[in-house]
Amino acid sequence: MASTAATKSNDLVSRSGLRYRKIRDRIVETFLLAAGLVAVFTTLAIVVILLTESAAFFDHVSLKDFLTDTMWTPLFADAHYGILPLVAGTLTTTIVALIVAVPVGTIIAIYLSEFASHRLRETVKPILELLGAVPTVVYGYFALTAVTPLLQMLMPELPGFNMLSAGLVIGLMIVPYVASVSEDAMRAVPRYMREGSYAMGATRLQTALRVVVPGAFSGLAAAFILGISRAVGETMVVAIAAGMQPNFTFDPREQAATITAYIVQVSLGDLPHGSIGYQSIFAAGLVLMLITLIFNVIGFSLTRKFREAY
Amino acid sequence: MIDTTSTRGTPESTLRNEEPARQPPAGVAAPRVSIAVDDTRQSRAITSVKAQVENLNFYYGQNRALKNLSIPIADKQVTALIGPSGCGKSTFLRCFNRMHDLQPDTRYEGSITLHPDNINLVGSGIDPIEVRMRIGMVFQKPNPFPKTIFENVAYGLRLRGVRNRATLAEEVEKALRGAALWDEVKDRLQDSALALSGGQMQRLCIARALATTPEILLFDEPTSALDPIATAKIEELISTLRDQVTVLIVTHNMQQAARVSDYTAFMYLGELIEFDEAAKIFTNPSKKATEDYITGRYG
Repeated sequence: MASTAATKSNDLVSRSGLRYRKIRDRIVETFLLAAGLVAVFTTLAIVVILLTESAAFFDHVSLKDFLTDTMWTPLFADAHYGILPLVAGTLTTTIVALIVAVPVGTIIAIYLSEFASHRLRETVKPILELLGAVPTVVYGYFALTAVTPLLQMLMPELPGFNMLSAGLVIGLMIVPYVASVSEDAMRAVPRYMREGSYAMGATRLQTALRVVVPGAFSGLAAAFILGISRAVGETMVVAIAAGMQPNFTFDPREQAATITAYIVQVSLGDLPHGSIGYQSIFAAGLVLMLITLIFNVIGFSLTRKFREAY
Repeated sequence: MIDTTSTRGTPESTLRNEEPARQPPAGVAAPRVSIAVDDTRQSRAITSVKAQVENLNFYYGQNRALKNLSIPIADKQVTALIGPSGCGKSTFLRCFNRMHDLQPDTRYEGSITLHPDNINLVGSGIDPIEVRMRIGMVFQKPNPFPKTIFENVAYGLRLRGVRNRATLAEEVEKALRGAALWDEVKDRLQDSALALSGGQMQRLCIARALATTPEILLFDEPTSALDPIATAKIEELISTLRDQVTVLIVTHNMQQAARVSDYTAFMYLGELIEFDEAAKIFTNPSKKATEDYITGRYG
């Protein structure tokens, strides 16, 4: 019985047709693999270039000077190559940004996921995500020409370029990211979990804070890490609004350069290839990549540690 | 033939089920009440009614999901709701703790009067949160919160503002003992509840509901996601719970309804077809539709 049925189906689908389908599958599969490898290869290439150029840089500058010197003046006659001022600038703007983005983003996410009506959510979320599509240069000038003057009304001694204004605007800029990813994470908490809480007599707020947020913790951590990565890597806003002077300080009211701002500054200049100033941007880039990597590893381990399987 | 006393499990409950005033001659299977759906008024024969459902209608938008339900829920007894999928039994159950209020565009008509306070659970002036404070629920899929075992059981107490550590610990232990879970988890109260087995999770959910001493405990197909051994434990637990709380259970499993319930309601297409003592429903139903369903002719 079974064999006759099989013969019959072979008659219906000719053998050559089957072979054609197999070949087509193989071609598509190869194509997909190649597409996937492009991303892997690009990442590897970036790492290789960063490492080789940085190696040339470290032929001239000792690692000790790089990590401990508190001056970064590669373009001056009296050159100093201490990365600390740039790292301090990067961390300060990032922290200011997170102080804005994490609470605001989370609150928006809680509201949209747990309180807003379906229609409101479907209206607000695309608008929120549109904010992420505004070019960062616009945010940069917004910081310089709107936020800084506003801050100066509160703090008259605030310089025209300062990390506070840049950080606040970066924070505003990443709010949509944080809110959107957080909201997705909270909505992924299954309905029966919420029902369990409501059935105990919990209010919406109690359910949101005591069940949904802990249940979505891994997703929230991912959202924050994404926000940190964006803030660390943000370039235009800091280049425009925070000033370009490397300044070893954690005081957000001062002006300072971040790693990204320095890279932009040098890239825009006319330093010859192979010069130490040119190579310094690769060393700075390597540090930037390491910082991002560290946060991603922290985020990944947090996510694993607190992951809740429903 | 289902022997109503042998399924009870505990000797005390056997005693309790006998009512001296109407004690029939020994050996006669004694119906404590005699109710036909045609005349639910006679249901007062149930010695103590915890909740009286009166002409309850429920609407999802324009769709009338429950039609003129009237049924008494006996105090400290187990009432089972049976019927084929889509007959409205879960919808009915969820009226008792106003879970439908979480969805937009739903409407109740009629009343569920909770005794002895005589409040209408589905009345528009009644806050659903207040209702849920008094009526617990256990769901089809075990749904412990992503917290420790202890915090899961303490959840309802904390919502009610209990902060005292000693009180919490005492109540949590009491609830876990009540749900026959204490011995299995007493050494790992601080472990995540999500590490428990399915049956343990469900008993944890029962403990969570018991911790706040609800007046009625609703079970929505509590064993349909569990294996037979875990199911047997939950059923045994439900049988013992009737000493402390009024139980209303929705089940797909007719043997389960026969084993655990004192009263059984058969529903079909949003209507109540028959309500009676479990023993009567499963041995000698008065309606043809009920008989067809319990003998497996459809459903």
